[in-house]
Parts: sequence; C-alpha cells; structure tokens
Amino acid sequence: MRARPAQPSSSRAASAGGAMGGAAPPGLRIEGLTLRFGARTIFENLDLTLNGGEFVVLLGTSGVGKSSLLKIVAGLQLPTAGRVAASDGLPLLHRIAYMGQQDLLYPWLNVVQNVMLGSRLRGERGDADRALHLLGRVGLGDRAGALPAELSGGMRQRAAIARTLYEDRPIVLMDEPFSALDTFTRARVQDLAAELLQGRTALLITHDPLEACRLGHHLVVLSGHPATLGPPITIHGQTPRAPDDEELLHTQGHLMRVLTALEPQ
Amino acid sequence: MSAQFAAAFRPLVTLTVLICVWGVATHLSGIQPFLLPDPQSVGAALWHQRTLLMWSTLTTLTETVLGLLIGTVLGSLFALGMVLSPLMRRWLMPLLLLSQAIPVYALAPLLVLWFGFGIASKVVMAVVVIFFPITTAFFDGLRRTDLGWLDLARTMNASPTAMLRHVRLPAALPAFGSGLRTATAIAPIGAVIGEWVGASAGLGYVMLNANARIQTDVMFAALFVLAVMAISLWVLVDRVLKRVLFWAPDTAAVG
Repeated sequence: MRARPAQPSSSRAASAGGAMGGAAPPGLRIEGLTLRFGARTIFENLDLTLNGGEFVVLLGTSGVGKSSLLKIVAGLQLPTAGRVAASDGLPLLHRIAYMGQQDLLYPWLNVVQNVMLGSRLRGERGDADRALHLLGRVGLGDRAGALPAELSGGMRQRAAIARTLYEDRPIVLMDEPFSALDTFTRARVQDLAAELLQGRTALLITHDPLEACRLGHHLVVLSGHPATLGPPITIHGQTPRAPDDEELLHTQGHLMRVLTALEPQ
Repeated sequence: MSAQFAAAFRPLVTLTVLICVWGVATHLSGIQPFLLPDPQSVGAALWHQRTLLMWSTLTTLTETVLGLLIGTVLGSLFALGMVLSPLMRRWLMPLLLLSQAIPVYALAPLLVLWFGFGIASKVVMAVVVIFFPITTAFFDGLRRTDLGWLDLARTMNASPTAMLRHVRLPAALPAFGSGLRTATAIAPIGAVIGEWVGASAGLGYVMLNANARIQTDVMFAALFVLAVMAISLWVLVDRVLKRVLFWAPDTAAVG
C-alpha cells in the first residue's frame, strides 16, 4: 500500500501503446457501427470521429441507445457490425477509462483504495502518493480513509473522477456521470471534470443540454428509431462555460427545441 | 452506552419473566413433576449434574463447531464450483436438492451405522444440515454481482481471476454471511439428532438417558444448557460477521 515512484504503471501503459506522457492523445474513430437485438435495430451505420484532445458530448433522448454505444466503444459490448479504432491505428485496449451512470465505488474499499482499484485488479502495487494527490485535486484529500457509504453523492462522484484519472488513460468515456447529482453539486463537479480532463479525448453522454453546452467542444445528437447522428454542433470558447454564456444560451435553446421535438409523445 | 445496556438487559428480563410464569404455573396447576418440573428442581439438577453437563456440552459443542467448519468449507467450495463451471452446476444442483429432499432424521441411523457411535457421525450430520444454506446463499451472492462493478473492472483490464477475487467474492460476502447465520442456528440440531440415534456422550445423549429414567428435571437442565450453547454460538458468529462485513449495510447483512 505504501507508495513508490509511478514507474511500473506508466511504463506498462507506454508499452501498451498509450500513456499521457506529454504526447497528444489519440483520437477516436467510430465507423459503420450497427447494433441490433433480434429484428430490432437500435442504430445503424453510425460514423463519428473525435480528434485527439477533444471533448465531445453525445446528446440523446432516453432509450435511444446512447449507453449501448458507449459500452461498445469501451469494449464491454460487441456491435452487430462496424468498428471502433484509435486514430493512430494502435489498439484501444489499456487506453480507455470508463465512468458509468453510478459512481460504482466498491463499498468494501475505502476511498483511496477505490481510487487505486485499477492497480489492485491488475495485480500491481498501488501508487498511494498519486492517488492521494488526485484525491486532493478533487477536494477529498481528508476523506481518503472513509468508506463510500460515509460520503455524499457529490463526494462519491468526485471520488469516481479521481479513480478515472488514476487510470491515466488518454481516452475517457462517461455515461451520464453527473445525472444523479443536484443542480449545484452537478455544476461544481462539471467544472472539476472539465478542468481535470483537459488534454484527454473525452466522450460524454448526457440528456442534459446545459451540461452538454458547458462541457463540450462539439455536440452530437443521437435520435430516431433506428438512431442516427445529427450534424455536429460546435461551441467556441473555453470550457467549462459559464451558465449565462451567450453562445451557450443560444445553443442550449436550440438543443431544447430539437430534443423536445424528438422525444416520443 | 445506555442503549447497549438496554440491549443486554432485555433478554434477561424476558428470561426472568418466563421462569416466573413457569414457576407459578407448576405450583398452581399441580402438574406432576415428572411431566413438568418446577424451576427450582431444574436449577438443582443443573447444579448436581454440572460435571456431566459440562462434559456433554463440550462434546456437543465440538461436534457442532466441527460440523460448521467442514460444512462451511464444503458449502463454499460447492458454490464456487457451481459459479465457475456450468458443467458442475448442472451436475451438483440435483445432488444438492437430493441432499435436502431426504430428511436428515431418516439418514441419522444410516450415518451412525457408517461412521460409528463416536463424534464422526454427529459431525457428518451437522455438515449435512448446514452445507445447503451455505451453498445456496453463497451461490446466489456470487451470481448477483452488480453488473456495473464487473463492467468497471473489465475496463480496467482485470483478469477473470482478479474479478472473482476482488469483485465477486467480496460482493458475495453479505449473502454468505446470512447463510452462515442460518447454518449456525441449525447446526446444533444436526449434532443432537445424531446423539439421539446412537451416542455415548453429548447433551442429546444425556437427554435421551434422562428421559428413559423419567428424570425430567435433568432433561430440562440439558435442554437449557443446549439453548445457552446454541445462542452463544450464534451471537459469537454474528459479532464476527458484523466486524468482517463492517461495510455492508445492516439490512443486507441480516437478510
């Protein structure tokens, strides 16, 4: 448990063809992705390209297949057809971190052990110094020894962010990670995520237009049966955007109209 | 502090009231002492037979604890095997159900015939009684791991062994705990039934002998000691489980 320089994990990641080591993160290419359950087609022939270092938000109404899409990209589910690849042509394995709808903290591990979960699962020694440093950055430096059950929802989600960052993967996938939080906690956690995920390629799924507009460089709407991707919407300027940012308000209004029209009656 | 005191105090009050009711009932109803002895004579029997009762308790306790240990190990291995291999699941499940379909009372004479009048047949009996709740509870726990936890582990490139060891096993512990609690409560039954059928020592043996000689007070004394032993064992296991499963919410652990 006691720390030691971060050597082994970073060299392993490097040998796996990834790592953040200062280099630009790879982009993500989704090509011809199709998912069918029996006769039901969830989506067909989806193409989406994320440039390295971009924060892309995928918006969609409920039940449109957003989570399935993200699970396929994470390698947790197989598509019926199509492929997902890194822009540099190297394998994606060991280069993707995933944050689910729940914080998924293991209740029998304390906070810092949860942050180092990846090391534990791969049979490596945990880098406690780095884990504590990350906990400090998400504002949980003094709660490292606490059990997840002792934390509030916002704290748990921040611990999950620290765990995601500990993995130090260049590509980060997030499936509505903040939807269970109250408005104000959500805003704070979004700020933190935007700051800490800078320099990584991120794909975030949400149904909240405000969240999308605050965090994304590009927004894409997934809609219809079978679902198709709309044209990407670009918002300029630094993220996280203030909730009263002119361009944000404009885009948010547009998205509200589009998504409300799409929602099945 | 006062809550703790109250928790310890409550069973004492219940016990005292029960004994008082019992004492008054025996005196007012005029029931023959060989049918229902009064509390004083049972107390006297407890005292006079203390050596016999102590040694008998030791025998029954040994049988129960050994049965619990072996049954827990065996039950856990069964559960693990059934989770790891669908083939084992298909072959073991009927066997498991069969072991419960035959009442242990019916098996007892056979087990005594096979394993003798000594301690072994009683241990086997306790094992037969308890490994089913352990196996089913643990098996259920192992199968019902939160899919999100498994997905997360998979994105962290965990091997199947690591997933079992670091995710499914700890996640199944609360279910295992409730199985172990049930097992602890019923393990003494297995041991005592074994002693009734054929034994030369133990509380069940004392009860059977006392019954034959119409020493009802001794029978009650043995019964009392058996109850104290069973409850103490359960409380001990419960305490240990609460400590080990400090992270599990109580509602899940008590299940």
